[in-house]
Amino acid sequence: MHAVDGLSLSVGRKEVVGIVGESGSGKSVSMYSMLGLLREPNVSVTGSVRFEGREILGLADREMRVLRGRDIGMIFQDPMTALTPVYKVGWQIAEQIRAHQDVTKAQARQRAVELLGEVGIPEPHRRVDQFPHEFSGGMRQRVVIAMALSCNPKLLIADEPTTALDVTTQAQILELMGKLQDAYDSSIVLITHDMGVISEMADRVVVMYAGRPAEIGDRRAVIRTPQHPYTWGLLGAVPRVETKRSRLATIPGTPVSPLNVPTGCAFAPRCVHRFEKCDERPVLRGDGHLDACWLSSEQKVHLRAGTLEIGEGA
Amino acid sequence: MAVFILRRLVSAILVMFSISILVFLIFFATPGVDPAARIAGRSATPQVLAQVKHEFGLDRPLPIRYGLMMDHLFIKQDLASYVNVGDKVIPQIEAAAPVTLSLVLGAAVIWLVVGVAGGVIAAANRGKFIDPLIMFLGIAAISVPAYWLGQVVNLITQSKLHSSIFSWVPPSGYVALSSNPGEWALHLLFPWLTLAALYAGIYARVLRAELVNALNEDYVRTARAKGLSERRILLRHALRCSLISIVSLFGLDFGSLIGGAALLTEVVFGLPGVGQLTYTALQNLDLPVIMGTVMYGAFFVVLANAVVDVAYGFLDPRVRLA
Amino acid sequence: MAGLVVLMFVVAICLLAPVYAHSVAHVNPFSSNLQGTTMINGKRVQVLQSNTQGLGFGVTPIGPTWNLQHYFLGADNQGRDVFARLLYGGRNSLLIGSASALLCCLVAAILGIAAGYFGGPIDWVLSRIFDIVWAFPIYLLAISLSVVLLTTGLNVGPLHVGPGSLLLPIFIIAAVFVPYVARPLRGIVLSLRQREFIQAAVGSGASDLRILWKEILPNVAPSIIVFFPLMVAFDMLTESALSFLSIGVQPPAASWGTIINDGLGLLYTRPWVALAPGIMIVITAVSLNILGDGARDAFDPKAKLRGSI
Repeated sequence: MHAVDGLSLSVGRKEVVGIVGESGSGKSVSMYSMLGLLREPNVSVTGSVRFEGREILGLADREMRVLRGRDIGMIFQDPMTALTPVYKVGWQIAEQIRAHQDVTKAQARQRAVELLGEVGIPEPHRRVDQFPHEFSGGMRQRVVIAMALSCNPKLLIADEPTTALDVTTQAQILELMGKLQDAYDSSIVLITHDMGVISEMADRVVVMYAGRPAEIGDRRAVIRTPQHPYTWGLLGAVPRVETKRSRLATIPGTPVSPLNVPTGCAFAPRCVHRFEKCDERPVLRGDGHLDACWLSSEQKVHLRAGTLEIGEGA
Repeated sequence: MAVFILRRLVSAILVMFSISILVFLIFFATPGVDPAARIAGRSATPQVLAQVKHEFGLDRPLPIRYGLMMDHLFIKQDLASYVNVGDKVIPQIEAAAPVTLSLVLGAAVIWLVVGVAGGVIAAANRGKFIDPLIMFLGIAAISVPAYWLGQVVNLITQSKLHSSIFSWVPPSGYVALSSNPGEWALHLLFPWLTLAALYAGIYARVLRAELVNALNEDYVRTARAKGLSERRILLRHALRCSLISIVSLFGLDFGSLIGGAALLTEVVFGLPGVGQLTYTALQNLDLPVIMGTVMYGAFFVVLANAVVDVAYGFLDPRVRLA
Repeated sequence: MAGLVVLMFVVAICLLAPVYAHSVAHVNPFSSNLQGTTMINGKRVQVLQSNTQGLGFGVTPIGPTWNLQHYFLGADNQGRDVFARLLYGGRNSLLIGSASALLCCLVAAILGIAAGYFGGPIDWVLSRIFDIVWAFPIYLLAISLSVVLLTTGLNVGPLHVGPGSLLLPIFIIAAVFVPYVARPLRGIVLSLRQREFIQAAVGSGASDLRILWKEILPNVAPSIIVFFPLMVAFDMLTESALSFLSIGVQPPAASWGTIINDGLGLLYTRPWVALAPGIMIVITAVSLNILGDGARDAFDPKAKLRGSI
């Protein structure tokens, strides 16, 4: 089966690219295998992955390891289980620093304290010597972020970084990530199913459906003039303060299983605008703002107006 | 931490108390069994029977009997055999304890090293031939009765190959550590290996299962994302977390071996430890001795468990606060 | 699979013990045969031969003839056919192993499920009892019970079990292992209790008995199936140890453990007396453990007996 199929993605320096799609579409699995994080014998990634112009797909583990943690930092979904329970958080951060940089234990620890302060953990001098279970979920996610940033990575991959957190904490973590991105000049790949997160953070957006890209474009373009009916559905599912709609729109039906993706447009079975052409697999088209939908531009403008009330928020 | 240790010790004392009651009930209150005749041995005269009745208060209520038994065992320490008349039980146990301790300590070192190494190697080589091989060796080790393995070892080292490869193996027996450390180790070498085989098998299998679980945990993924080597991830992260359950298992096993579970190995290799004492007493149905070794053994188990639980608190920071 | 085949083979030959003793070897494996003779290579020889070497004291039984018709594995020091005793002993070892495992799993299931399901004081009392027995080395507990019950047997109310009865080791071994099975089962039931479908059944007003039978038992059964072969192996090994200590199966009956004990004194002259029953124990225990592993993979990969063996 193809969990992800035909995804082409480039991330520029300091750019934040959001990948959005419903859960369980294999976004994370393919990203993890690409970076050698998963030892799944049954997952394979074919194609090309370039980092700073260098092909990294199929790199030996030893060379990949140098990239991971040093040049590419990762933030995971569930901070409750992401840290090794038996070590102090400072030790865990220092461990990563010492794996990549030639510094003494004391220096690494000092850096860990600084990092904890930067990610907004109060009293970092004291908390550096606490165990993960002594932190709340939001605070643990800050520790994970501090760890990801510890070697000044050029690229940060954040996999649903706020999904497991409560709403207020979500907002704080997003704000923190935005602030740190400025400070560290990192590029970010942000995997999420939440259009709200995308509209706050991303410069560019890739909308995925059934492992295929449905729409790619700048945040403003995708949010203001979404082209794909699936994106309309996702945007309709974001609560808005400024409009008076009393009910959230939902996308009818359930996501297709990656085991039997339709031969034509993958979204067609759930799409209210489908027509005969949709039996054929659409290609990504457009100029800068790409989408994979057979509807004509005029139809899209017209149908979209009927489906969505676009707010000024984006 | 101090509170944790204190609480653990209090609960250990409670368990010891419960176990002493259980032992007492087994020996003195089993329905349809006359404890006096049992304690006095097979060919006891009426006078001896009367003496036993008086000494253990068998005509008095149960709580007093319990008190008397504990008095003989721990306070006066004058519990004596009626089979080998006059032999005090407690001094015999004290004399035998170093032998048992030597046997179990040495074996524990071997089985921890072999078991942990086996488990780690198997887990690191999942899917290769060496993993099922180690796991099968583990099953085989678990399935061999230790006392029989000891006999086979004796047969090979003392008889069949004694004139060739194993001519350096001394005859069965024990030499005290204080009198000659070299001979001590030499005499105990094969007993150690025999006793360790079973536990090495168990520990390798348990550790492999724990490691395989741990390697699927999120924190291992994080460790990979940090760019650590697979070796470091396995040893510093997965193994460190898996050791917690190994340690609690070790507490039970070490305690029960000190407490008497090593008796079969002692018997086969002619080591005069607490187990040997129990065995001889079993042959003569010498109940006071059995009672003494069982009670002291059980207390050692509880003590070892308490010590291990405190160690557990150091290993797993979550336990300390809970 | 291989485990099952080997196990079936062992069971089958042990079941055929009487056939072998009466029709093939023509021996009575339970009475001593001090003056008996047998034919080897056309010569009549004594089963118990006087020692001619060394000091010349005592007698040595004949060694293996490797001929299934008489004294295949030789004789023990009472002149009895070791191979015939090996088969009869196997019947007892297997019987005690499986019967005590069955009894143990049954009692443990009832107690473990009751503790986990009803909670409260029932759970408190049962858990404390499990804890105490758990902390008690099984061998010491089994030895204490055996020693006390050995000469008089067990007499509780209407229940009379004679001192030589096989029921005694079955009861004792079953009893000492109950916490090993009951504790994990209690844990499983405890977590089931939190699950939605049980909550729903409770909420819909189903009776406890119905929930236990319809919802809990089917979910606990896989673990019991996994534990059973492992417990048979454990129990058989314990039986052999007790019998080796002469507080298990009582003479003239045999089990693999008693035969190893018989062979202890003959180890350097007639090693097969001790070797053969040990090999049988190892083969049986290995196949039971493999069977248990297979059952674990098939039914319940998470099932853990004490320390997940």
